[in-house]
Amino acid sequence: MARCRFLQLLIAMLPLAMAMPALARSPYPDDPLQSPMWTAHARLIFGDDPVRFDPRIQLLYPQVAENQRSFPVALDARGVGPVKRMVIFADLNPIPIAIDYRPDLAEPYIATRIKLDQRTPVRGAVQLASGQWLVAGGWVDAAGGGCSAPPVGRITGDWAAHLGEMRGEAWPMGTQGSSRLRITFRHPMDTGLVANIPTYAIEEMTVRSDSGTMLGQMALFASVSEDPAITLIPRVAPGAILSIVARDTNGRTYAAKVPVARQSASVLAPQP
Amino acid sequence: MKMTRRAMLAGLALPATAGMANTTYLIHPVAVEDGIWMIHGDDAPIHFSNGGAIANIAIIDTPVGTLLVDSGPSLRYGRTLKAVAEGLTGKPVIRVYVTHLHPDHGMGIAAFDPAIIAALPQAITDMARDGRGFSDALYRLLGDWMRGTELVLPGRKITEASEDFGGRRLRLMALAGHSAGDLALLDEQTGLLIGGDLLFHDRAPATPTADLPRWRTSLDSLAKLPHRAALPGHGPFDPTGQEAIAQTRDWIDWLEDALTAAVRSGLDMVEAGSVPIPARFAGMAAARYELQRSVSHFYPGLEAKWLPRVDMPEG
Repeated sequence: MARCRFLQLLIAMLPLAMAMPALARSPYPDDPLQSPMWTAHARLIFGDDPVRFDPRIQLLYPQVAENQRSFPVALDARGVGPVKRMVIFADLNPIPIAIDYRPDLAEPYIATRIKLDQRTPVRGAVQLASGQWLVAGGWVDAAGGGCSAPPVGRITGDWAAHLGEMRGEAWPMGTQGSSRLRITFRHPMDTGLVANIPTYAIEEMTVRSDSGTMLGQMALFASVSEDPAITLIPRVAPGAILSIVARDTNGRTYAAKVPVARQSASVLAPQP
Repeated sequence: MKMTRRAMLAGLALPATAGMANTTYLIHPVAVEDGIWMIHGDDAPIHFSNGGAIANIAIIDTPVGTLLVDSGPSLRYGRTLKAVAEGLTGKPVIRVYVTHLHPDHGMGIAAFDPAIIAALPQAITDMARDGRGFSDALYRLLGDWMRGTELVLPGRKITEASEDFGGRRLRLMALAGHSAGDLALLDEQTGLLIGGDLLFHDRAPATPTADLPRWRTSLDSLAKLPHRAALPGHGPFDPTGQEAIAQTRDWIDWLEDALTAAVRSGLDMVEAGSVPIPARFAGMAAARYELQRSVSHFYPGLEAKWLPRVDMPEG
């Protein structure tokens, strides 16, 4: 703060300096989490687009990282207007970005599970149609090694026997013409950071309507947990068929069709 | 007596150590039955502020020596516990039972001779497998509280159904469900059941190694015992003997139903950890915390069970 004021003073006293570009000042707002990696990640993810921390978007996660290989996060930007992109990242992970999602015809909501390699800020960033980025997040305490320990499927040795298994279901959500899709994959999501196990991860996924309209598409990175599970809210009505296609770094494709149930199952558990 | 002196010494030392974290365990045994004291652990998650001393511990006075059921999280705790227990009874500790593998109950055995430490064979196997990881986790969370604590395995496998100490007989029951090997003890003289972590009372049950159907079977066996009161693994003493059993069962039944309903209605893990907790559990400490841990333990399995396969052959 004091340094900022000093700079302002300097600028005020030296009118000439005002004409000089880029006074080595970060174009990004001060990080409320004081992360050592904030500016580096901001430069990479946001570039020259405007950024602000905004309480209207919510990055939700449990109060304890019970399993550093699989930490649940949900990024909810419903109610802030049209959204172009949603990025979930953890500043101090060796693979910081977990998911980069474009909700083309979907509510701006995504939930998944990520690896945590140490105590780190975990963040959600949402880009509005205007180009403005909104950011939220918090520090999460975690035991180390989520990215650098071998996946369970490698230890039990049965990952290949189940590779490509997908499970999923979709339910209508009230009156909004939206449906909630849950999809899970069996995949080791190898980070490449474990000795003698090269990177092997699902790297993209699309969700289309039965007529082929793109509803949502995402890039995934190996910091998504083993056996990825993803929740989205595409804008389709009950009875529609959702077509999910994913591809991994070996070029293997994964395809599934999930019909949207006619009835909501929300009687079973209260929807948040 | 020893505690008073310790507290006094701590007080005298305060000016010299001002600014340093206080890492002295204050152990307050409370007499619950004739010749049995309970040390009530903090009904909270393991945290630096409590030094990991969250598990309940029993001290039992017998004609031939002092018995302990569980030993706390660290060498320092185990040493303090030994001094307090021997000061109380005037007899040396001759047996330490470890009820199950978890480190809040068993890392304190580092302060004792392994030859007097007894546990179920399954618990010893599990401690050999997971002990190193538990130790790392406690060092990370507790720092200096753990100084000097080494992983020690119990030297005696419990295979007998009871053990007699100069006429005071303890029934030893090999059960499971909270973990793969859960020891429960019944003091025949007083009818006190010492349930280990099969019993939680006004403190939400923890499930990192749980098998819920086996846990229910074990609770059935405990409910049928001729006991008068129960000392749970966590939470206050249960003078009725049945309340902790009923409460533990109520929670694990609700937990399984709630998580199943959450998976079947499309909630993700974050949302499942946020579902309302019924009002009847309002008095349960650490309820939201344990629910969210349990989501982590059970959700992938429930998804595999309830979400239908949807993949098409690779084309």
